[in-house]
Amino acid sequence: MGLLTVSDLHCARGGIAVLQGLSLTLEPGQALVLRGPNGCGKTTLLRTLAGLQPPLSGTITCPTDSMAYAAHADGLKATLSVVENLTFWASIFGQTDIEPALVAMDLHSLANRAAQNLSAGQKRRLGLARLMVTGRPLWLLDEPTVSLDTHACDLFVAMLARHLEMGGGALLATHIPIDLATAQLLDLTPYRADPNTQAPDGFDEAFL
Amino acid sequence: MTALFWRDLRLALRAGGGFGLGLAFFFIVAVLVPLGVGPEPTTLARIAPGICWVAALLASLLSLDRLFALDQEDGSLDLLATAPLPLESVATAKTAAHWVTTGLPLTLASPVVAMLLNLPAAGYPWLVAALFLGTPALSAIGTFGAALTVGLKRGGLLLSLLVLPLYIPTLIFGAEVVRRGAVGMTATPPLILLAGITAGAIGLLPFASAAALRMNLR
Repeated sequence: MGLLTVSDLHCARGGIAVLQGLSLTLEPGQALVLRGPNGCGKTTLLRTLAGLQPPLSGTITCPTDSMAYAAHADGLKATLSVVENLTFWASIFGQTDIEPALVAMDLHSLANRAAQNLSAGQKRRLGLARLMVTGRPLWLLDEPTVSLDTHACDLFVAMLARHLEMGGGALLATHIPIDLATAQLLDLTPYRADPNTQAPDGFDEAFL
Repeated sequence: MTALFWRDLRLALRAGGGFGLGLAFFFIVAVLVPLGVGPEPTTLARIAPGICWVAALLASLLSLDRLFALDQEDGSLDLLATAPLPLESVATAKTAAHWVTTGLPLTLASPVVAMLLNLPAAGYPWLVAALFLGTPALSAIGTFGAALTVGLKRGGLLLSLLVLPLYIPTLIFGAEVVRRGAVGMTATPPLILLAGITAGAIGLLPFASAAALRMNLR
């Protein structure tokens, strides 16, 4: 069984259908880079796969508890230090060892600094290091390289490559070319839904 | 779950966490009331149970809108929702942390407030007992309200409007315990009813909170 099998997926954002008829499979060791113009549904697809919103139709098959989601926001607490932030997420995911994550994203020199005193790129490095402490095989990454410098980008690609070698998988939404031999591209443009079709969603947003 | 509880406690105690705000508010209300209604000790003694409880309700309301909103702003809530921890546990941990940072300090500080309001000495233990048993319900109901309004910008006012009516049973029985205790009547029946409300709120509302969170995350 693969890491992820998606068949005939339709998803919507804010009551408007954005993607239709998407099918894909992801095997261990494979990375899939999602491409497409702004608003074509990359984030919506990742959120749907992560289970944060239900699909309109279609099926998503994956082993239970296999996904780690990294969104635009890093989920860091400003007044906690780098180590405290990582330790918290590690214990939420039932892990104890944060050392490999600190090493992978070169965070040792920042270990005791509060997250509010980190630069945007350093915060992003900490946010990506969080993936290492989840112990989950399938990473869903939304624009992971935003605000990273070239060195940090290389660190991230190396971390991703090691993750894939160990049998993990990754789904990335990004506009920047990722220098990874095993990565495959998937352009979402052909799957765009007609923006004029209203999603058959009974939830009345206007009520709020 | 304990990790989330300790993280929330730690955040509350750090700069900008808001720990102590509710407590300070509780004291200020207790100081303002005698200035407003006049200094006659008999009047104060008669209204003290109600004032103590209303002040406690409002004080615990103060920090509620931060409960989930902060986690939503920095993305933690999305990440918690995809974590192995069920949202019911998230809601329970948040309720517990909220109670330890507001309800418990209010309970411990209540004798001082009671003194400012000239509550008869016989009422002190009943006030502490009633707040100890009643404030967890305030935190649990408040967590539910915070979960309902988490997606809204500046949902704090709506949160108050939603939550305060739900506080009514706790207020009625809580104040009744103190009133009866202060005049020397038996106060056990309302205290048991108060404990029952709290047990029900703690047992049932995390499920409602989790359902509201799932709705708001979509």
